[in-house]
Amino acid sequence: MTAGTMRRVLRAYPTLLRVGLSEVVAYRAEFLIWILTTNMPLVMLAIWHAVAADGPVGRFDQEQFTAYYLGVQAVRLLTSTWVVWQISMEIRDGTLSAKLLRPLHPLYAYSAEHLAAVPLRALVISPIVAVLVYAAGDRLAFHDPVLVAILLASLLGAWLLIFFTMVLLGALAFYVESAMGLFELWLGIHAIFSGYLIPLEVLPAWIRGATRLLPFRYMLGFPVETLVGLLGRAAAARELGYQWGFVALFAGLALLVWRRGVRRFAAYGG
Amino acid sequence: MSMPAPAPAPAPTAPPPARTWWAIARRYGRLLGVQLRTATIGAMQYRADFLVRGLIALLWLGVALAPLLVVFGARRQVAGWSFAEALVVVGWFSLLKAILEGAISPSLTAVVEHVRHGTLDFVLLKPADAQFLVSTAKFEPWRAIDLAGALAIFGYSFHLLGRWPGPAQIGLALAFLVLATITLYSIWILVVSAAFWVVKVDNLSYLFGSLFDAGRWPIDVFRGVFHGALRFAFTFLFPLALMTTYPAQALLGKLDARTALLAMAGGLLFSAVARSVWKRALARYTSASS
Repeated sequence: MTAGTMRRVLRAYPTLLRVGLSEVVAYRAEFLIWILTTNMPLVMLAIWHAVAADGPVGRFDQEQFTAYYLGVQAVRLLTSTWVVWQISMEIRDGTLSAKLLRPLHPLYAYSAEHLAAVPLRALVISPIVAVLVYAAGDRLAFHDPVLVAILLASLLGAWLLIFFTMVLLGALAFYVESAMGLFELWLGIHAIFSGYLIPLEVLPAWIRGATRLLPFRYMLGFPVETLVGLLGRAAAARELGYQWGFVALFAGLALLVWRRGVRRFAAYGG
Repeated sequence: MSMPAPAPAPAPTAPPPARTWWAIARRYGRLLGVQLRTATIGAMQYRADFLVRGLIALLWLGVALAPLLVVFGARRQVAGWSFAEALVVVGWFSLLKAILEGAISPSLTAVVEHVRHGTLDFVLLKPADAQFLVSTAKFEPWRAIDLAGALAIFGYSFHLLGRWPGPAQIGLALAFLVLATITLYSIWILVVSAAFWVVKVDNLSYLFGSLFDAGRWPIDVFRGVFHGALRFAFTFLFPLALMTTYPAQALLGKLDARTALLAMAGGLLFSAVARSVWKRALARYTSASS
């Protein structure tokens, strides 16, 4: 990136953020309903509560399950974006061409739009965090400033990793027609390997081994484990390194796929 | 839409054609046949898509089973359900999901589009019941893969149990299948009716889908949450119990007659309410252009 581009991005970004924010506010009812659709962690929490009623499962007693799934609910809502739907739709119906004409890479526009929703997402999850602190305050990472710093870095990393993987999958719509089908496959694998449905610790060992090689844990499971105090300082710092490695890898892949895809792009009408 | 003025009394020489219920049923049966055929022809145009979506359906079945495997890997029984019994509930869940996503939601999602674009006029003008027409407009035959998955799960779980359901149990289970389908359909009609008031309900349908996902678990696992409030809600407000847990119990021969009868009555009441809400919603419809 040259200094000129950098200046242009910095000048445009605050405006893009404002536009994104006002879009979310304009569609606030939909935004809320959309957030309510993420309720699977609470269902899983109810189930594990019933299971752990007569004794802990591994390191997880009832309180630990409560902390874990409330953490999953909060982190998931805070970091999720819908950019994959947006990109694949704009590629298919040709509206992307308007974005390509702007003197700014479309990915900056997408990122600003979705980053702008984060403060509102934080507002929505604040009751969940309040319950979490009330239910399991002494287990959370908040007592250790080092862990808090790692947690914040891991949340940013998770957001970026989700954003770039979604850009990557959305940009596949440049090449194949059923990019959304691929995304559904991805979601299915994500549900198991990210710790969304089941804490990774409780899974069989061979699956846990695979999570090290896959990006999914670093989108959700790792920040949650840090938040609810399942990771010590050393382990959390090591995982943070892995996470940012994945961020770099997927950022590179996403940009590559995007750049080659745009060359193939031919909008209809636009 | 305004109600048409009452027609003048017919002349005594020309009695109206006899409309027995049998003739009506035959007419609608033929209509259903036509709608099904066009839907299948439409779906067959996209054979590669058929395959991809079939694979995705299978993957999601696996994702639905994974938590069950892990939970029952930790305990032999959860809330009074053994692994094989809970598997029967998952079987019902995927059976109903096949019905929901293969036959119910595709058509009803189209209604929302009709309302938004004002093209519902063309449906209302046709000489057949509007609810029937919109409900049978679209089918997705590839969901049959989910259906096959459900049957495989039933087979495996009864193999694990080492006994098979008798004719009485199968009969009751089939009655529950009809009831569950009606209930599922009624909830969808309620969701779609909301489109006449608020127009944009796509997200509402996602919300519905995400709540329905909880149906893969026996309702009893929720008994500890908020002193049973969640179980109450999933039985009476959003009757998940009626759709997966009770049918599974019926198939297992563990459902008592009183619960069965109450569930049947509740389901029928639910569908009557849905029908009347639909009619009210339709009365509110004003086209987009005229």
